[in-house]
Amino acid sequence: MIAVIDYKAGNLTSVVKALRYLGARDIVVTQLPEDVMRADKVVLPGVGHFQATQVLHDLQLTQATRIAIMNGVPFLGICVGLQWLYEGSTEAQSTDGLCHFSSKCERFPAEFQGEELKSPHVGWNSLDGIRPDSRLLSGIAPGSFVYYTHSWRAPVSKDTAATTNYGGPFTAAVERANVMGVQFHPEKSAETGLRVLKNFLEL
Amino acid sequence: MLTKRIIACLDVRAGRVVKGVQFVDIVDAGDPAELAHRHAAAGADEIVLLDITATHEGRGTLLDTVKRAAANLFVPFTVGGGIRSADEAAAVFDAGADKVSINSAAIARPELIGEIGSSFGAQAVIVAIDARRAKSSSDSVGDAEVYVSGGRKPTGRRVVEWAREAEERGAGEILLTSMDCDGTRDGFDCELTRRVSEAVQIPVIASGGAGNAQHFAEVFKAGKADAALAASIFHFGITDSRALKTEVARAGVPMRLPC
Repeated sequence: MIAVIDYKAGNLTSVVKALRYLGARDIVVTQLPEDVMRADKVVLPGVGHFQATQVLHDLQLTQATRIAIMNGVPFLGICVGLQWLYEGSTEAQSTDGLCHFSSKCERFPAEFQGEELKSPHVGWNSLDGIRPDSRLLSGIAPGSFVYYTHSWRAPVSKDTAATTNYGGPFTAAVERANVMGVQFHPEKSAETGLRVLKNFLEL
Repeated sequence: MLTKRIIACLDVRAGRVVKGVQFVDIVDAGDPAELAHRHAAAGADEIVLLDITATHEGRGTLLDTVKRAAANLFVPFTVGGGIRSADEAAAVFDAGADKVSINSAAIARPELIGEIGSSFGAQAVIVAIDARRAKSSSDSVGDAEVYVSGGRKPTGRRVVEWAREAEERGAGEILLTSMDCDGTRDGFDCELTRRVSEAVQIPVIASGGAGNAQHFAEVFKAGKADAALAASIFHFGITDSRALKTEVARAGVPMRLPC
């Protein structure tokens, strides 16, 4: 069973639809910690404000996620779902993340190398520096395009599985063992995005 | 590198595509769902479906159309036309849209922008602005005026100021249509697009006037547009988004290719 966590922020329809299209049959859209703890895979989608992830703490879903992760269950965070895997975000200082990856997500700078940088970062941008051992990005060619819409991003670290350049490189995908995240929207990234989700389903 | 987007636009009336894209594989007045998929397969970066009648009776048809178009469509999908409340927007999202485009309703009640944004995120709200230059003004671009009701009613509001307010109220993108250029095939209003693009931080989608690939290159470069709407362009020897994007890329604009 695949648990897709619904924390009432934005629209889950697209993610669920893409997973179904790829052949996933047993999908449970849920807010219950017990569903997360008995799932074979967990997906945390997300658009919107980091503040919305406070609900995950309030509903004991943070603890449930930690247990699932400890049991080796593959976990995929999408967009704000990736950001939640970090210590937090400057978007909502009082809301902690899962702290699985170190450091905080920060807003794009207003300027980069003397030029104005528009924010949010919206549109199709390319994946660079794909880590050869990444299971999530297996089979994806460097330079493949994926769809983004966000104003905060995670810094590059040793767990970064791919980067994208916008005001310098940021973490496009993160992966350490069974814990993964993508800043882009795989459910809206045509063939490349579907390949990412397929890789996850096949773990 | 962040690419510029080519957005395929389907104008829909009573559940059928009525203009703009008929020449994709020589399909006349097609089924919107079928055409949405065909455009995505042909390399469009995004699909916009505009319900140009948007009558009360047509609502059910629209939601059914949106549902069918959104099925197995894995690029961003925007729906606009006649959305007046957060509830109506919610119904469109439920049917599978990723973003909604609001126009007259946002002018009538600007709070609507924030209301939709608070439930579905700012990225899901596009404020569409129909603009006409102020011909008699010494600054025809700066004094360009916002029109509503399908371009029939002037509002007395300046385009650049309204775009700024829409951004402040939480719009995720601006869809700027030049009524002066719309239908001319002489090119986009690059000057107006640039003025709006420089006034806001959010992406600006240019619309109206496209006749060839060069026009797209111009609005991306001189107009500083982040995206451009392609509809009737597909009539004039350019068969699909992929062909258009290949030509625009040749003019030095970053495009998602191959796609």
